[in-house]
Amino acid sequence: MRKIHVHAQINGLPTDFLCEPRQSLLEVLRDELRLTGAKEGCNNGNCGACNVLLDGRLVNACCVLAVEIEGRTVETVEGMATPQGLHPLQRCFMQDAALQCGICTPGFLVAAKALLDRFPHPSEQQVRHYLAGNLCRCTGYDKIVRAVMDAAESSS
Amino acid sequence: MKNFTYYRPTTVEQAVALLDNKWGPVELLAGGTDLHDLQKEYIAQPDKVVSLNGIRGLSGIKASGSAITIGANTKLADIAENSAVRKHLPGLAEAASQVGGPQIRNMGTLGGNLCQRNRCWYFRDEHVPCLLRGGEKCLAINGENRYHACFTDSYACVMVHPSTLAPVLIALAAKATVQGPKGKREIELSRFFQAPAKADEREHVLAANEIVLSVSIPIGSKNASYEVRHKQSYDWPLVQAAAAFDLKGGKASNVRIVLGHVAPVPLLAGDAAKALEGQPVNEETAAEAGKAAIKGAKPLSQTGYKLQLVQVAVKRAILTAAGAKKYWQV
Ligand SMILES: Cc1cc2nc3c(=O)[nH]c(=O)nc-3n(C[C@@H](O)[C@@H](O)[C@H](O)COP(=O)(O)OP(=O)(O)OC[C@H]3O[C@@H](n4cnc5c(N)ncnc54)[C@H](O)[C@@H]3O)c2cc1C
Ligand code: FES
Ligand code: FES
Repeated sequence: MRKIHVHAQINGLPTDFLCEPRQSLLEVLRDELRLTGAKEGCNNGNCGACNVLLDGRLVNACCVLAVEIEGRTVETVEGMATPQGLHPLQRCFMQDAALQCGICTPGFLVAAKALLDRFPHPSEQQVRHYLAGNLCRCTGYDKIVRAVMDAAESSS
Repeated sequence: MKNFTYYRPTTVEQAVALLDNKWGPVELLAGGTDLHDLQKEYIAQPDKVVSLNGIRGLSGIKASGSAITIGANTKLADIAENSAVRKHLPGLAEAASQVGGPQIRNMGTLGGNLCQRNRCWYFRDEHVPCLLRGGEKCLAINGENRYHACFTDSYACVMVHPSTLAPVLIALAAKATVQGPKGKREIELSRFFQAPAKADEREHVLAANEIVLSVSIPIGSKNASYEVRHKQSYDWPLVQAAAAFDLKGGKASNVRIVLGHVAPVPLLAGDAAKALEGQPVNEETAAEAGKAAIKGAKPLSQTGYKLQLVQVAVKRAILTAAGAKKYWQV
């Protein structure tokens, strides 16, 4: 199958790549662009490990065709920290020990960023409802929810 | 996933021209939250995928004095958050806000929600000969069927229709506008769905070369959608009920009650509607409607539990629509 040329803005950088129509955005990020922060958990929209922001909106990169991002903007977990330091969410995840094996962490960080970008001071229930599309098999979620609440507080 | 040729037309006419007159070789792509999973499982193996996302004007929400019209490509998250929808169609806003997680609602669309394939585990497993993929019989009838139908009379396949939006849209008497090679036509959502019985039938009545353009929903009724689920968020309903009625002088009229996840189609519960028609809305009358809703049910070996859930869902949907106190929430 002939590859298709795609141009997009990824973590603020103009980026070009070639892909087959059937390749997901997740495959292209990880295998072609070597942005391996987004993880493949389920590959079908259930676990949130592959979360990225597409034009500022939270999506599962495993459920989006890479050809569909032509001309659009993508932010991955790699874009969260700046040269000045970690994102408050990343700091709070470390402080609150909100991870164990860590495979779900990039997905939670991106989802939590999407939430705080829109609702800087969410209730605990809002946090839980919004993070419901992310699975973690280690932490039991409480510490993750606390880290997100702490990050919201620290940026007030 | 089998590879395919990707098309990105910019007009509906171009998109229609790319479609085939039978199901299989071509699939439309909206948000992809259902289609790509079907492709990965080799349940769908299209040679061509036609993206609707390059067509202008297929998404957006317009409110007029008497109706709200929603473009087929509108994201579920935008439906859930739209202020006119929340004000006039709280049942639809609630249903849209409960589909999957935020990721699914940010990608999934109205058109895709209505045209998605069913979630039966036999249908979704390429290795078993499901009736809807050319097999001889429905494997759920005598198999593992706890998430399947409890109204089973006359259905060759006993999956449940998956759409969370369909019950409330039917209760609201919504109409879809679709476009095919011969132009546009309107379909009442109450006639949009069918119980498929073989491989070349879908869960809806559209031809393979028709595209949903928009759905138009009359406003003015009291309406609600209530789901019973294992989990509070991010879970398919076990049973869903939607209710819509006019409330004048405290009495309900033009009652429509629709059940989800109990049959291969969203099911109009005529007896439940009749039980409430002309009655004041309170816990007793809502419970009576709930009782009437299970008339005619014939559960499978593992779906008897749904009959109790139907009664609760109908009662709570009616009370929510009427703005009664939600005694079940602490
Ligand atoms: C983890 C998970 C949880 C989910 N939970 C729920 C839930 O609770 N409730 C629920 O209802 N759904 C649920 N879904 C299903 C979800 O896919 C749909 O809700 C979503 O709305 C589908 O929209 P889409 O735009 O992504 O469809 P797509 O995947 O793009 O398309 C689905 C089908 O519809 C057809 N189609 C799309 N648009 C049109 C159109 N305009 N005209 C004609 N045909 C069209 C496509 O050809 C395809 O066959 C869930 C999905 C996942 C992955
Ligand atoms: S890998 Fe995408 S949701 Fe699990
Ligand atoms: S920390 Fe291991 S899955 Fe979440």
